[in-house]
Parts: sequence; C-alpha cells; structure tokens
Amino acid sequence: MSQAPGGEAGFPAMTATAAGSQIRRRRRSLGASAFRAFSPYLLLAPAALIVIAVLGYPLYFLTRLSFEQFGLAELITRKGTWVGLDNYSRIFHDHQFWTVLLRTVIFTAVTVGLTMVFGTLIALLLVKLGRFMRLLLTSGLVLVWATPVLVAVNIFRWMVDYEFGVLNWTLTKLHLGDFLNKDWFADPKTGFVVISACVIWGAIPFVAITIYAGLSQVPAELVEAAEIDGARRWQVFKDITFPLLLPIFVILTSLSIIWDFQVFNQVWLMRGSEPEEDYWIMSVYSFVEAFKLGEYGFGAAIAVVMVCTLFLATFVYLRQMVRMGEAR
Amino acid sequence: MNRAIANRKVASRLGWNALGLLVFAIMIFPVYWMVSTAFKEGQNILSDTPQFFPTPATLSNFDDAIHREYFWDVVKNSLIIVTVVVAVSLVIGFLAALALAKFRFYGRGLFIIVILGVQMIPLNALIIPLYIQLSRAGLTNELSGVIITYLTFVLPFTVWTLRGFMLGIPRDLEEAAMVDGSTRFGAFVRILLPLIAPGLVATSIFAFVVAWNEFLIAYVFLNDPEKQTLNVWLAGFTTMRGTDWGPLMAAATLTALPPLIFFLLIHRRIGFGLTAGAVRG
Repeated sequence: MSQAPGGEAGFPAMTATAAGSQIRRRRRSLGASAFRAFSPYLLLAPAALIVIAVLGYPLYFLTRLSFEQFGLAELITRKGTWVGLDNYSRIFHDHQFWTVLLRTVIFTAVTVGLTMVFGTLIALLLVKLGRFMRLLLTSGLVLVWATPVLVAVNIFRWMVDYEFGVLNWTLTKLHLGDFLNKDWFADPKTGFVVISACVIWGAIPFVAITIYAGLSQVPAELVEAAEIDGARRWQVFKDITFPLLLPIFVILTSLSIIWDFQVFNQVWLMRGSEPEEDYWIMSVYSFVEAFKLGEYGFGAAIAVVMVCTLFLATFVYLRQMVRMGEAR
Repeated sequence: MNRAIANRKVASRLGWNALGLLVFAIMIFPVYWMVSTAFKEGQNILSDTPQFFPTPATLSNFDDAIHREYFWDVVKNSLIIVTVVVAVSLVIGFLAALALAKFRFYGRGLFIIVILGVQMIPLNALIIPLYIQLSRAGLTNELSGVIITYLTFVLPFTVWTLRGFMLGIPRDLEEAAMVDGSTRFGAFVRILLPLIAPGLVATSIFAFVVAWNEFLIAYVFLNDPEKQTLNVWLAGFTTMRGTDWGPLMAAATLTALPPLIFFLLIHRRIGFGLTAGAVRG
C-alpha cells in the first residue's frame, strides 16, 4: 500500500477552497473521529463476511479436501482421512487427466481467440456504421447477451437437430455437402464445433460492446493524423488503436480465459446431462468424479489443479489488477 | 470532383451498413429461430423443409409450457431468488463501495486486491466444498443456500463498479452541500445518491442476470422439483418425454424474457460502467 492509513493526504488535487472547507470539517468532526476510524470497517463488514464465508472458507476447504480420501461414507461421518498427495499423484498418473487437460486448453484457446477476433471486428464495424444500423446491431448484441446460457444451449441443440434442424438443411441447400440427417454429436470433433459456436456466440456481445466503448474514447485526431500521413487501415489499428486499448484487451482476454476454461453448462446440457468421456473438459471431469462417482476428495484435487492452471494462464492480468489495487 | 468523393463516401457507408445488417442477421438468427419455433404448429416444426415464418401462428406451445408441472413453483422460486439477491447485493455492495471510495484505512488495499482476485476463482471449482458445507448446515434444498452463494458471485462486481462511480464524484460537491448547512447524511442523500444512480441500476441488472441465468449451483443444491429454479426446470424438459421442441422453445422464450427486458432498459450504462471500472487507474 502506498498511502498512509487513516490520512486524507491521499487526495492530491486540493484546491484552495477545498482546503479551507477541510479545516472547517476537521473542527466539526473532532468528536466523531473515533467513529470515523471505525466506520469503514463497519461498512465493509457485511461484504467481507459473505466473501469470507462463501469464498474464503470453501477455498480452504477445497484445498484440504484435495489431500483427503473423502467419499460418500465420509460425507455422512463428516470426516475425511488425510492421504497426503495421493489424489494428486493419481491425477498425474491418470492418462485421462492429460487428455482432458489438453482438450480443455485447446477448447479455451479456440473459443477465446475467436471471441476476441470476432468481438474486435464487430466493434470496429460498429464505428463505421450509420446511426440507425449501429443502434440495430447493438440492440441485437444486447439481445444475445441477455439470452440465458440454458436457453442458448437449447436453441443450438434444436438448430443442429439431425432430423429437423435448420443447420443441416441450410448447409445442404448451400451445396456445402450432404448434411441431411447428420448427427453433429456423433463425432466429438463436430460436437465441439457446435459447443464452441454456442459459447462464442454468447461471449461476443460483451467483448464487442466493451471494445466499442473503448474505441469511442480513442481521439479522432490521432487516427486522422495517421491517415493523412498515409497509414493504412491495418497500420492505424496496429500502431494507434490497439496500443491505446491494450489494457482493455488484456482484461477482456483474461476474463474470457477464466470463463471459457471453466465452461460446464454448455457441455453438460448439450449432452443431456450425461456427457460421454470424449466430451469431458476439466469442470465436467471434476464434477463427474465428485457428484456422480462420489469421489469428493479426488474431484477437489482436480478443481485445485484447474484453479492453479488458470492462475498461471492469467498471470499478466493478475499483476495488472494488483497494480490497480495499489495505485489507489 | 467533390461529388465523386461524396459519392464514394456514400457508397462506402452503404457497404458498411450492408455488412452490419448481415452481422446483425447472423447474430440474431438463433433467437429468432427460438421465437418463431415457439409460435409454430407441431407439424410445421417437424418438417423436412424448415418453415422460416410461423404461419399459422399458434399459442398452444406456450399454453403447454405454462401448464407443465411445477411451472409456477419454479417461476416463484426464481423471482424470490432474484429479488433477494438484487436487493441485498445493492445494500451490502453500496456500503462496501462507500468504505473503499471515501475512506482511507488500514487494509484497504488488501480488500481491493481480494475483490479483484475473487473474480479469478472459477466458481465451478468451489461447488464441491460449498455443497458439503451447505449439506452440513442443512441448507441444501433451501433457496437461502443458493441466494448466499449467488451473492458472492455478484458482490465483487457490485463493489468495484459502485466504487468507480463514487470516485467520479467531485469531493467539492459533497463539501459544498455540507457548507450549506446540510448534515453528512443529508449531503449523501441529496448529492451522492442521484449521482451514482446509474451505477446502482447497472449493478442491479448485473445481479439480476447472474441470479436469473445461473444453472449449476441451483442444479446441485436444489433437489425437489418444486424447489428448483426456472433454469433447472427447463433443463429437465428434454428428459421428460423425448424432446418436445415447440413447448421447449416456448418455455425458453419465457425464460429469456425477463433479463432481456432489463438489459434493453439500460445496456448503455452497463458498457460504460464496465469500462469505467476497468480503465481507471
């Protein structure tokens, strides 16, 4: 922390009048100074309590569970047995784990990458549009944004239905091949195409609208000056827009990684709550081990590995966040 | 010469708008397909050539959906959960944001880091310990367990966004009000509250959408069919008797409606609020 605790000195730009009123206030609040010292803690207490109870303790509990043999029997006796690193060594010797991890990493990379690319392109497009078209497109994005995941999953399942789905019909009509009665989920590869499409579709609006909000803050003179100097559109983006928006890109990419790495609903529900092993990604793997097989300790260990992987993947973001916390 | 340039400008604007329309159509199509399916008659849903416009339109799918078992129970549950989460998160989040924005105290930096770091933790990873904890406390199958958990999803964002709005308020404003003889509380109500009203709206929408759309926690914690939320009920639609696309799409339309209405009311402010919190500092 850079500021001395308790002092008002942290607010730099004090005008003369503000300084005058500060003296007056100091005199008035002398009696209340003790209250003032405590009040921020009182104000914070409820939020802190909830965060500690529903996040802090479970996080500790999760870590402890991952070192325990904790199954259905232990759920009733309420006591796990300490087994040290057994769960972890089991994970790392489990060839299924490596397959699932690799699958999750690829899935995350593809969905985050495509979300960012499409989101950025749509944001750049929004700048070029006339007022009416812009309003129309933003409203459309908001509509997609507001669609609950569960609703989206059901729509996509319906669109790719092998008998009456609109997608198979359209692709066949477009002469892209014979898609009649194609079951997209028969092969996990095409199955994941549908799942990714559903995830990306739902994620684009947030990215596009946030980047657009950032773009509208880029000074127009800068872009014009560059264009007069003969810069191409791509160069303008690369050398001016992108560097200015870099903080937003870092935040959005990191948030997308966090969200897409732990995707559960889309896979779980697309496969009718019983995903085949070929469809397991990290969160599904952990969930199945814990809640279907009753191996809570093992499932917890997988979850811990998942959290650690995420921390590594979003290290840059974390560092930036910590800096932001310190700056104020 | 000038006219040529103007013509080219118009042409390029037209081109961009056409592209915008295409993107709009692609993005919006799944939602359109849901709504149009919801209004179609059974035999038109299951036709080899998809029917792109629902003629004749019918309400029978909606009728079927709302008369399914437990529909009104789960709607009531979802509404209770959403209302409590929004109200409580606003009050608690507001107080915490006030502390962070307007006071300097020991541990402040730490709390901010915690608030930001919390968003890093995949909540799906916490479902195992949460489930065991809640089952010990006897809170599984109770709405209150779900509500407490949702609050934690929502609070970090609420605190961070409201803090951003409060930081944006010039200190002079508050002080001017106090010099004018108003108490601290009076200054707060008349000056601070109206200025952060957009922030309150934005965060309440966020809380609404999170609580309304969440699936996994409710799915694991709430077992009895009459205790479940709309989302969990919707997920059970398929397994009841194969997939009945018409009523399913009608139910999905109904589920999507409330967050949509709220979103459309204020989406500009959400975009602003998010970037305000993100770029500052």
